[in-house]
Amino acid sequence: MSTASYKRADLCAAAIADAFAADGEIFASPMGLLPTVGVRLAKLTSNPDLVISDGESLWLGGTPPIGRTDVVEGWIPFRKVFEIVNYGKRHVMMGATQVDREGNQNISAIGDFAQPKRQLLGSRGAPGNTVNNRTSYWVPKHSSRVFVEAVDIVSGVGPRRAKKAGPGASTYNDIHRIVSNLGVFDLGGPGDTMRLVSVHPWSSVDEIVAATGFDLAIDSSVPTTREPSMEETTLIDNVIDPKGLRLREVPEPADVAEAAR
Amino acid sequence: MSARPRDKSTSIEAIIDSLSDGMTIGIGGWGPRRKPMALVRALYRSDLKDLTIVSWGGADVGLLARAGKIRKLVYAFVSLDSVPLEPNFQRARQTKSIPEVVELDEGMFQTGLRAAAERVPFLPTRAGLGSDVLVNNPWLATVTSPYADANGHHEDLVAMPALKLDVAFIHMNRADVHGNATYLGPDPYFDDLFAMAADRTYLTTEQIVDTAGLTAATADSPAVPVQRLLISRMMVDGVVETPGGAHFTTCTPDYERDEKFQKAYAAAASGTDEEWAAFHDRFLAGDEAAYQAAVKEFSL
Repeated sequence: MSTASYKRADLCAAAIADAFAADGEIFASPMGLLPTVGVRLAKLTSNPDLVISDGESLWLGGTPPIGRTDVVEGWIPFRKVFEIVNYGKRHVMMGATQVDREGNQNISAIGDFAQPKRQLLGSRGAPGNTVNNRTSYWVPKHSSRVFVEAVDIVSGVGPRRAKKAGPGASTYNDIHRIVSNLGVFDLGGPGDTMRLVSVHPWSSVDEIVAATGFDLAIDSSVPTTREPSMEETTLIDNVIDPKGLRLREVPEPADVAEAAR
Repeated sequence: MSARPRDKSTSIEAIIDSLSDGMTIGIGGWGPRRKPMALVRALYRSDLKDLTIVSWGGADVGLLARAGKIRKLVYAFVSLDSVPLEPNFQRARQTKSIPEVVELDEGMFQTGLRAAAERVPFLPTRAGLGSDVLVNNPWLATVTSPYADANGHHEDLVAMPALKLDVAFIHMNRADVHGNATYLGPDPYFDDLFAMAADRTYLTTEQIVDTAGLTAATADSPAVPVQRLLISRMMVDGVVETPGGAHFTTCTPDYERDEKFQKAYAAAASGTDEEWAAFHDRFLAGDEAAYQAAVKEFSL
């Protein structure tokens, strides 16, 4: 991969952008840095109809660099975010401290809820997001500590649990993609379980299997995640993230070696 | 006889004196944004105990948990944003020092406040279904829709109960002495909802102005659009001018979050008991004026 003309973070951003490509005119809500880069990339390429925000309270008419604001096209304070969640025209990409085989997500706490080993954020909007609008997850460090057989606490609801809870929960439950630093996944496995969709060029099926704490559904032939185009890497470098903030979240292998020294 | 409405000016101390043990207190703002911190600090150093705190939480929850004030906490998250995990809250949860915790989804929390504000016992919502919010709060019930959908199903939804508050604390950019108030930052958060969900609401503000001054242009600033008049005096029981009263959370455009101070707070909160005691002695042991003076010195 040493000859690649793109950064690993750029490929991850393109994979995230692809998750939003077919969404049409909806509110794309990325949580965190790489999802924000990916959503802005989608808006500049595959899906200009996406509605994007500054992550605070404004809908942006253009696609400015991370942290900047240009033309404002709307107002989206938290109270309106909840309205849009319920309205349903929204695709959120959240983080996840744990994700399990059935696509349940945990950002609440590790261990027993009554007295957790490690208290995390709390469930935030994950329970409501997952039964109201399309939801994806981004995992920057794929490991068997993140991808576990069963999450300790169910914040985000996977399809099996949603179906069990009835149509009130399942009608709008739509866990779309899980993108990690090693591959792309969905819940197209048997019984709505996690399936490997594509493997990033620097990884392998074996590496992903070893770094996942449950049996993934894996087709006989798994494609490689597409490389970002020259247009995409140029947009990321020059327009979306000129400061290279994304490289802190998905570092280049040389940087990893450097940091370990 | 005066034709003017009542003057509700009061003091932080008088507000805290009017409260009693075991009360349910809602705290406005959002996470580390426009929190009524002057009132929170006063609660922190008060003798009050066994409180139920209802908050989309930040350092308000952290401080009150550290002081052992909370018997029951109702929250959807507790975060300082730039410091994602609130160390005092983590510590309290991991040592089980808060006897009862009610973790909700963010939207359910709003639905509960709306039910209280509208004086209905519950409102239906999808949020919570299928998640451990319902498992960890087994008293949360579902309700079956009396109406069939297109497929003939009667959907089961969460019956989110009203989050009724004895008291709400909110902090606004400008207010008059009667309790009308504006927010000048990007987001109203849910301060009007907290006020309407509460029997009593206490409002702190960066600056008290006369009623006309809430919207009129001044030499320093343009006219304020009437849409920014979030809080009506009929929702408010007491008003206190507390410049810096939201510190160290944001109070845009008066000031942004004090990241340097927040870092010091987070370091002390996740440090040894001695480190916390030193932070407490330096910033939290005295009254609000002493706090503001200590912050001023810290920022030099």
